Amino acid sequence: MVRLNKAFTVSLSALIPLAVATPVFAEWGLNLPTPVTPIGEGILTLHNWILLICTIIFVGVFGVMFYSLYAHRKSKGHKPSQFSHSTFAEITWTVIPTLILIGMAIPSTAMLIKMEDTSEADLTVKITGYQWKWRYDYLDSGVQFYSNLSTDRNEILNKNEKGENYLLEVDNQVVLPIGKKIRFLITANDVIHSWWVPQLAVKKDAIPGFINEVWTKINEPGIYRGQCTELCGREHGFMPVVVKAVSVEEFDAWVAENAPAEEQAEETQSGVSGGQTLVAVSAISTEDGADDPAPAIR
Amino acid sequence: MNRRLVLRLLALTVVMFGFGYALVPLYDTLCVAFGLNGKTRITDTQTAAADGVDEDRWITVQFTSHTATGLPWEFRPMMNSVRVHPGEVKDAVYFAKNNSSNPIFGRATYSVSPSIAAVHFNKTECFCFTNQLLEGHEAKEMPVRFVVGRDIPKDVKTITLSYSFFNAEQYLSEEDKNKLTASTKRNSAGEG
Amino acid sequence: MATVADDHHDHHDHHPTGLIRWITTTNHKDIGTLYLLFSFAMFLVGGAMAMVIRAELFQPGLQIVDPHFFNQMTTVHALVMVFGAVMPGMVGFANWMIPIMIGAPDMALPRLNNWSFWILPFAATLLLSSFLTAGGGPAAGWTLYAPLTIQGGMGVDLTIFAVHMLGISSVLGAINVIVTIFNMRAPGMDFMKMPLFVWTWLITAFLLIAVMPVFAGAVTMLLTDRHFGTAFFNPAGGGDPVLFQHIFWFFGHPEVYIMILPAFGIISAIIPTFSRKPLFGYTSMVLAVAGIAFLSFIVWAHHMFTVGMPLIGEVYFMYATMLIAVPTGVKVFNWVATMWRGSLTFETPMLFAIGVVVLFTIGGLSGLMLGITPADFQYHDTYFVVAHFHYVLFSGSVMAMMGGVYYWLPKWTGHMYDEKLGKLHFWLTTIFFNITFFPQHFLGLAGMPRRIPDYALQFTEFNVISSLGAFGLGVSQLLMAYIVYKCVKGGEKATDEVWDNPEGLEWTLPSPAPYHTFETPPVIK
Ligand SMILES: [Cu+2]
Repeated sequence: MVRLNKAFTVSLSALIPLAVATPVFAEWGLNLPTPVTPIGEGILTLHNWILLICTIIFVGVFGVMFYSLYAHRKSKGHKPSQFSHSTFAEITWTVIPTLILIGMAIPSTAMLIKMEDTSEADLTVKITGYQWKWRYDYLDSGVQFYSNLSTDRNEILNKNEKGENYLLEVDNQVVLPIGKKIRFLITANDVIHSWWVPQLAVKKDAIPGFINEVWTKINEPGIYRGQCTELCGREHGFMPVVVKAVSVEEFDAWVAENAPAEEQAEETQSGVSGGQTLVAVSAISTEDGADDPAPAIR
Repeated sequence: MNRRLVLRLLALTVVMFGFGYALVPLYDTLCVAFGLNGKTRITDTQTAAADGVDEDRWITVQFTSHTATGLPWEFRPMMNSVRVHPGEVKDAVYFAKNNSSNPIFGRATYSVSPSIAAVHFNKTECFCFTNQLLEGHEAKEMPVRFVVGRDIPKDVKTITLSYSFFNAEQYLSEEDKNKLTASTKRNSAGEG
Repeated sequence: MATVADDHHDHHDHHPTGLIRWITTTNHKDIGTLYLLFSFAMFLVGGAMAMVIRAELFQPGLQIVDPHFFNQMTTVHALVMVFGAVMPGMVGFANWMIPIMIGAPDMALPRLNNWSFWILPFAATLLLSSFLTAGGGPAAGWTLYAPLTIQGGMGVDLTIFAVHMLGISSVLGAINVIVTIFNMRAPGMDFMKMPLFVWTWLITAFLLIAVMPVFAGAVTMLLTDRHFGTAFFNPAGGGDPVLFQHIFWFFGHPEVYIMILPAFGIISAIIPTFSRKPLFGYTSMVLAVAGIAFLSFIVWAHHMFTVGMPLIGEVYFMYATMLIAVPTGVKVFNWVATMWRGSLTFETPMLFAIGVVVLFTIGGLSGLMLGITPADFQYHDTYFVVAHFHYVLFSGSVMAMMGGVYYWLPKWTGHMYDEKLGKLHFWLTTIFFNITFFPQHFLGLAGMPRRIPDYALQFTEFNVISSLGAFGLGVSQLLMAYIVYKCVKGGEKATDEVWDNPEGLEWTLPSPAPYHTFETPPVIK
């Protein structure tokens, strides 16, 4: 299981050029990536504020401590005082943090309320996590497909040079319209997965047997990449998410191209009132001629 | 003195072990009470619809399904969604078909989303959590009867009802196993 | 006040020597030593696994191990560190120090003490032997989330049994600690006179008894789900995977405090000594520990915000979690106040204590950030979390234990350790620790999920740095083994007080502490 001989050669060859030899230098991301949704922007602002407050507290407290370490050294001849409590100080440093926390809690709660409001969506996409791929069902139009990692195995095994979107590329991207409220219904087939696109600030667990919902509204067109974030077995690191946000017109065209043909007659015989368009459970549409055929849905 | 304290602490240990198990029903109760995980109440039609119909409001109930790998069935709702009034008794039908030639037991779980709506979603008839047998190539309609409670919060406009079917082979009772053997015998007799 | 005659080389009762002594010993000092040695051995085993993890993550691509083996490494690394290194290490300190600190001749239940320890090597063997089974070791993360654990091979069953044994060991140890503290205190040693270390351990022991059985229950349910047809967590049988997470974290969150509270106790012993000043705010320290312990029972779901809770649940768990910052803050402020206007010197234990206060606070603040639900959706299950819990567990618990070892080593061995090497160990540890884990904050924020064996190219630079730091951190720990070995073998004779007028009964004893101490209770002022 452990390929030791290879380990030595690789670690040796990797040690010599150190950090310099990596094939592609991406930006050194230090903070959350630029959000493209209102929720993402809200979270980034919240995060930046909390981080700032935490930093100020840290610098303040340890500024005092390091001053003490410097000024109250024995080697400088500082004589210890023997005080061991101060009710005033103790009450102060209980009350002030509490107030700061309340200050943090208020915007956080407001943010949460916004995030949990999945009502009045324009479009619903059901996402199902599999070991180890994602399946997408557009409930309104019947478009459905699997989305597999498309990175060449040889890149992973270091035989070929790694491409720009190494491990963050798929055969079928999730195409979504910008400016529309999109509701995701998330579930799983086998074990728990988690669907995450950092720039959308959407992360929700996909739990077998249960359904979760979350929403997003994308501001601008673009390709947004993410990954499964709940350990789901051997290939957990190899089931990325790629969202392609396009204009509404482009989205409609894409749907028209990929939506399944009209339903078979037998499905319309149900006597239930209010029946609308039936869900198409036909063959999976694979765009771009994916060479990794997805298993047929049963 | 030590002995008594040790015994008490051991008793506490046992109690806490039991508490771990007690969390299971406790959690189920909480789930139903607060709609955690989209769990809903299962009641009888009369209680659920007792308050009458609120004809001023419309709620869209959306149906989805999932068939887990390992169960060679086709399983789907027969309609995408349905519009109902709160308090109205509605039927929905799921369609299930065994695509293999062997009799198979499946078992379904359901989940209602958003969880705030789950508390107010009453199912009065349901095929969930019990083993369902489909003979080889058998197709079956599986009905669900439900009532959306009149007390459902104003801002809920869409409710999703989701069923996931799993292969129940690990969870067969003796009776189920007998049924399976019987129908397998019938099959082979028919073929012979 | 030293009540023991100079008989520590020819004891009045005969006890066996050699291996038999260690196997049959009921002496709290022997057992404490065994626990500490076991802990250090497990620390090296778990550390070796961390080296495998960091070696694989040194560069993008799969180089050294198969992804499945990588998952086993992350899982067993955590299990070994939590249940093999940190918890037994803390029990080692409890065994050595609690009886001495409260003026008792030994632990209340010496035979039980022996059993509690000797369960451990067997449990560890069981856990590690899972690697030899067909499916390999457990690979679903130390959290053992269902249904992934339901899929695993025999290794998962071995892990479950190992967890049962470790649980029994900790609960027995905890019972022993409680009975000792309740019944064995020297006359005059009131609860509010006990050193803070004893207090933290008393509260920790209650936490252990409260939550280890719950964990045992959870893994038992997992076992029956796997083999005996129950469906607690398997959705295929109508079970609920999220239920496992609730039960797990009901154990898991207090577990975090089980690992950190005794560390607080150690720090609270070291800082006053080297500040030459009494501990600031003793009463509020005790109350803060109790408050943290209480809160630990009601915040568990902050580990699982992404499972999809109703709004009200998210809000509640967010508020409760944020509240923990208050008592934790009180402790940090009190430590700083203890140093304030003292007369400070910086021997190795003090360096470690200061390191812990500063670095643990970084972990505490990132913990506060993680508790803010909306932001947590971005941090959850990324390297930000990995960085966070290593700042509380390594630079909190583990470094506190290292400080504790240097602090009490002269008392245990009768020799001073090599101060130069001790300081070197501190600086190497601190610097490499930060090189390893600080960049992981950035990785997490930039979007790198945890528990992945390979990563996208934009994460390369920080992973290289982190891995290099980890290799340095790993190698530096061998230095500690050498320092301790050297100190046991010889070195400058330690005085009875060892440090400059430290507080505590342990310093009234000769160095090394005789085999039997306080057989006649000391007089407490
Ligand atoms: Cu996954």
